[in-house]
Parts: sequence; structure tokens; C-alpha cells
Amino acid sequence: MKKIIALLLALVMVVALAACGKTAEPQATAEPTFPFDNDSTPFDTSTLTTDEVAKIKVGFIFLHDETSTYDLNFMTAAREACTGLGMVEGEDFLIKTNIPEGQECYDAAAELVDAGCNIIFADSFGHESYMIQAAKEFPEVQFCHATGTQAHSAGVANYHNAFATIFEGRYLGGVVAGMKLNEMIANGEISAEEAKIGYVGAYPYAEVKSGYTSFFLGARSVCPSATMEVTFTNSWYDPTLEKEGAIKLINNGCVLISEHADSMGAPTECESKGIPFVFYNGSAKADCPNTYLVASRINWVAFLQVMIGRVAKGEVLNGDWTGNLANGAVELVDLNEAVAAEGTAAKVEEVKAALVNGSVKVFDTSTFTVGGETLTSYLADVNDLGTFTPDTEVVSDGYFHESEYRSAPYFDVDIDGITIIDK
Amino acid sequence: MNNKQRSPLFHIAKRSALRWYSAWAIRGGAVLLALVVCGVITSQVTGEDPIAVYKAIFEGSFGSSRKAWVLLQNIAMLLCVSLAVTPAFRMRCWNLGAEGQALAGALAAAACMILLGPKLPNGAVILCMIVTSILAGAIWAGIPAFFKAKWNTNETLFTLMMNYVATQLVSYYCVVWESPKGSGNIGIINPNTQIGWFPSIAGQKYLLNILVVALVCVAMYVYLNYSKHGYEIAVVGESERTARYVGIKVERVIIRTMLLSGAVCGLAGLLLVGSTNHTLTPTLVEGRGFTAVMVSWLAKFNPIWMILTSFLLVFLSRGAGEIATNFGLNSSFGDILTGVILFFIIGSEFFINYEIHFRKSGEKEETSNV
Repeated sequence: MKKIIALLLALVMVVALAACGKTAEPQATAEPTFPFDNDSTPFDTSTLTTDEVAKIKVGFIFLHDETSTYDLNFMTAAREACTGLGMVEGEDFLIKTNIPEGQECYDAAAELVDAGCNIIFADSFGHESYMIQAAKEFPEVQFCHATGTQAHSAGVANYHNAFATIFEGRYLGGVVAGMKLNEMIANGEISAEEAKIGYVGAYPYAEVKSGYTSFFLGARSVCPSATMEVTFTNSWYDPTLEKEGAIKLINNGCVLISEHADSMGAPTECESKGIPFVFYNGSAKADCPNTYLVASRINWVAFLQVMIGRVAKGEVLNGDWTGNLANGAVELVDLNEAVAAEGTAAKVEEVKAALVNGSVKVFDTSTFTVGGETLTSYLADVNDLGTFTPDTEVVSDGYFHESEYRSAPYFDVDIDGITIIDK
Repeated sequence: MNNKQRSPLFHIAKRSALRWYSAWAIRGGAVLLALVVCGVITSQVTGEDPIAVYKAIFEGSFGSSRKAWVLLQNIAMLLCVSLAVTPAFRMRCWNLGAEGQALAGALAAAACMILLGPKLPNGAVILCMIVTSILAGAIWAGIPAFFKAKWNTNETLFTLMMNYVATQLVSYYCVVWESPKGSGNIGIINPNTQIGWFPSIAGQKYLLNILVVALVCVAMYVYLNYSKHGYEIAVVGESERTARYVGIKVERVIIRTMLLSGAVCGLAGLLLVGSTNHTLTPTLVEGRGFTAVMVSWLAKFNPIWMILTSFLLVFLSRGAGEIATNFGLNSSFGDILTGVILFFIIGSEFFINYEIHFRKSGEKEETSNV
């Protein structure tokens, strides 16, 4: 026992002495500024010359591999964008999969820099801190992170965030769902009051809340009696929990399911129970032909082209880039005519056109209430400084300005009509 | 009717002690054979050049000085957890809870950084982290040890289940300390003040971990082989009754050894949080608690050999990642190769311990004519 204690004490001394050697120097950071630098301009890759492309080497860091629908969607886009520019995998672009949200992400980024990459992408929310760490260490390399929140306020010139107005895609998915509910009501399968949607979400976080709220508003815009129940798995990828979430919602009387998590857990359950569902990240028509309605997804190709193209041209990248319906980053894919209600495709086109020209706003404050009141003002935590201080007024002109002040969503309001069944 | 006696085609007999060079020749042969099999699988399944694949595996660990450092860091962390489980294993006490014990240590370290960070000076925070995380790991192992010593509960199941408790506890605190709200993600702790971050030695941020684990490795070797405690552990492992007969307090040895096991796991958690990751996630330990079982076992519970076995496993997994990147293959393919290589290495132990006698050609007639 004495020896263990002696060993521990020795360790304590070593570390303590080493700690004394270096006094924690507070980092001299300038007062951060928050320029409004969120843009959504696409890039025309045909303007790139082969010389410009030859200078570029791209690195990708993915949290999972192809088994995750989210990572698969990103990976497919990575291959499409790079091979589209004539790049060869393993030489001109490198993909690292199964990189956890920890120090490994920094190591992976640093290794990609060593391998000669000038631009590095990471796809998972938890990678952000480590990408910023790498960005500070390698200022000559551009680091782009999807779904992160800090580029807007981190003050690191070579660190960038990207996201897409996927809430518009989910709103369209909601329209498809609402049409289906109307059909079920018209056929006498359910009463109008029974038009309850179930939603399996990952985390009770703005990205997810913005997603299910827009989906619900889309559904309610065509089926006014629709209500919704939401359950969270507290994981981005957990097939078992997602399946259990779907079972719970179906047992609660939900007649249609949608989800925001990255596995096939919920869809397979819906297919076996015959419950129609709206998917995310990509089509599930092949696996679930009898219940799959439609999927919304972010097409990251546009984003990758913008970032790679601008770096190749030697242009400066903005802090944030936001994909949308107009620049092709937000899509509704593979509508399953066999399951969807009649006239769905035409209705979707109509609503999509209205969203693009701005005549319909997803978070139009006249279409929802919060605690029985209309939302007239909301301060969101747009400048993410880790302090959760709401700093920006995001409601004006009669709608909530989602993903306008920075790319990552900040709509985290609980609206009436949606019940969260586990808090 | 056929009542002739036949001698079997071959029979297996226990070998008497094999000379060390023969044993190593068998192991070396197994590795070579494994590489050949992997080469055949690679060229047949993927169409890639096996030599290029082996080169990539090697480069995954030694391709640049950064990769070599990452390799050493990963070896250090795996070795630390393996060293932790070893004293218990020598006692034939199967501590499968290293994952949870390391997470408990990590949780304690992160708690100190988050809660004490703004209140205490850096040195004091680090001191608290060291004490609490080692204590937390020890407690996490001490609970099943107490139950085993007192009521002879099954330590394998108990420690295994404690892993889940630790994982859930960490998930809970990830939500309590999350940033931003709702994301279930803590992110880097104290990114600006760097309070609770262990200093890097000579500009190498992984050197501290490597040195600490090297120290633990030597200490563990001495403890197990040259101390009275080490001897008691060996005796309890051989036979509890003998131990009791010679007057060893078996319950005390079990609890003491498990506490030590947990404390070293706690240290691993501490190093992961304080020195490298500066964050806490439920997957922080990355299954090292289970890989450690293989590391320890392959090295026959010898701390010095464990350096080699943990190198082997880390080398293979880094190589797996590298070939996934270089050849656009799924990283599962690397895992398949790792599996094949491990199969041959573990299989070679069979040929070291046993020999196979084939039926001699003349013997057949002889016996069948009885």
C-alpha cells in the first residue's frame, strides 16, 4: 500500500512541478467583431482552370462511415464534388472516416495538413472545437465545418461554418405529410383530430427544434388539425434508440412519423407497422417501398464547390455559407408516388416556388403561437461565445429570420401544437 | 463388423517447455502467414496491390513525425488501461470494468476543470483533478471488489455492468455541462484560460502522457514481480485455498488489488481529459477498457511485453485508418485484416503450448491388423 501511495505522490509531484513551470498565460485575444458575413452565392466550377484545380488538395473528416445516413450523404457529395473537378480519391482528395469528436479530430486535421491539403472539411457538430484548434495552428489552410456555430464569432479568419436552410426542405416534407394526413382523413382511416405526427429527434437543440417545427408548420399548412409529438434519443446515431422512439410514438397514436437522426432505425419500424414516414438525408424507398413518402436532404455539393472553388481562385472565404432551395443545397428527393397522396408533386412545386420567391416564409409568425401569444420579438444566441447570452433580435417583418444572421440554426422556440413527450 | 482399432490421423499432446527461440520462430511464422493471407484477401477482394496496402499500414504509424507521436500517444493510453487491469488478472479476478473506471476518472477530472476552473488557481485545479480522478477510478473498481470479497459476487458481470452506469453518468453530465444548450456536447473545456490543461513538455503535447505511462509500466512490473503484494496476488491467483492456508488475507488482497486496478484506470481517464482531449464524452475511452483485456492476455500479464502487444494493436488500427483513406476502402476492411492477423497470433500460442503428432504411415497397417 505504501508503495502505491508513494507512486501516486511521485506522480502528483511530477505533474505539479511541471504545472508550476508554465504559468497559464491568458491568451491575448482582440475584442471579437461580428461582421455580417453569411452568404449563399453558388460557385460556377466551369470557370476553374486545370492549373487552379491541380494546386488544390482536399481533406474530409467524417464522424462515422457509410452506415450513417448523414455521413453517407456528405461522403457521396464529397466524392461527387471532387471527382467532378477531375480529382482522384487517395491522391487529390482524402477521406478519413470514423473520427471521434475529440483530440482525434485535431490529429486527423493535422495529418491532412501534413499530407498537403489546403482545405479541410469536417462534418460533425462535436468536431468544431478541434477544427478551430487546428485552424489556429495552421493559418495557411482553410478549415470548413458543417453544422457548427462558432465561425461567426470565433474571429479565426481561416475557419468557416456552413449549413443549409434545411428547414425549408423539412417544411416541404411537412406539406407531403399533411397531404397524406388529409388523404387518410378523407378515406376515413383516421378522424381529423387523430392527425397526430410523431417525430424522432436527436438532441433538444436548435438544429433539431428548427427542423421539427418547420416540418410541423409545413404539415399544418395543408392539414389544419395536425398535432405533433416529439421524442429525443440524445444521440445522432443510435439505431436501437431511434427504433424505440418510433415504437413509443406509434403506441401513443401517431399516424405518421418523421425524424432527425442518422440511422435506419425509425424507418424500418415504420415499414413493419405500415406507418407512412418522411425521411431525412436520402431516399429510403428501396428499403421501405410501402411506407416511405419523401426525404429532404442537404446537397453538400454546392457548398463544397463554393469552398474548393474559391480557395482554388485564391479568394477569401466568408465566415458562414448557407445553402438554400435556390442554390440547390436543399432538396426534396425521391417522392414515392405509390404512398403519397394524389397531387402531392404539384403542391410541392407550388410551395417550393413560393418559398424561393419569398412569398411564403416558413417561420411566419402569423402561422404559429407560443404560449397562446404571437411571437413579436425573440433574442437568439447568434454570437456563440459559450455564454448562452441572447444577443440578436431575429423576429422582424412578420417572420423569424432563421439561418440569416449565421448559417447554423438558432430557432429553439417551443410552439403550441407540439408536445415533447420526454424532457 | 469392423472392430479393428484405428489410430487417429493425428493427436495433440502438451509440449514440454519450448526453447524461447523456437517459440518466437512459431510466432514469427504466424505473423508471416497472416500477412500472406491478408495479401491474398486484399488482392482478391479489393483488387489493390497488397504490397502497397502494407506500405500504407506502415505509413499510418510512421509516415510522419506527427503520426509517430500519435502512435506513441495511443500506445501509451492503451498500455495505461492494460497495466491497470493486469494486477487483477494475475489474481484471476476478471476486471472487465476498465472502461467505466477510466470514464469515472475522466468525469472527476472534467468536473474539477469545469467547477473549480473559475475559482482556484491552475496548480490547485490540476492537483484536485489528479486526486479526485484516481480516487474515482479506485471507487468504481472498489465497489465490485467489496462485493466479491464479502459475498463472492461474480466480478466479471459486476464490473461489466458498472461500465454502463459510468457511461450513462457521463452522458448525464454531458447534458448538464453542454455547450451550446441542447447539443449534449461539452466541447473543449476552458479553451481560453486553459485551466486544468496539463502542460506540454518540450513542446510535445503527448510527451507527458508517454512519460507518465512509461513510469507506471516500470512501477507495475516491479510491483508485480518484486514486491510482497505482487507475490500475494500471484498466490491468490494460483489458489485461494493455498493463499488462505499460508495466512494471506484473500479478501484484503482482492480489494486492495482492485483498488489499484481502478486507480490506474482513473489515471488513464485523467490523462485523456487533462492532457489530450480537454473534453468529456461518453465515448472518450474508445473501448480501450476491452482492448486492454487482449493486450494484457497476449502479453501473458507481463507489463513489459504489454508494450509490444499494445504497439501491435495500435499499429494495426492506425494502419486500418490509413488504408481506408488511401484506397477509399471502408475502414471495416482494415478491421478484417487486423482480425486475420490477431487470429494467427493467438492461434500460434496453441502451437507453442501443444504439438501435433500425425499418424505414421506404417502405423496404420500395424494397428488395423490387430
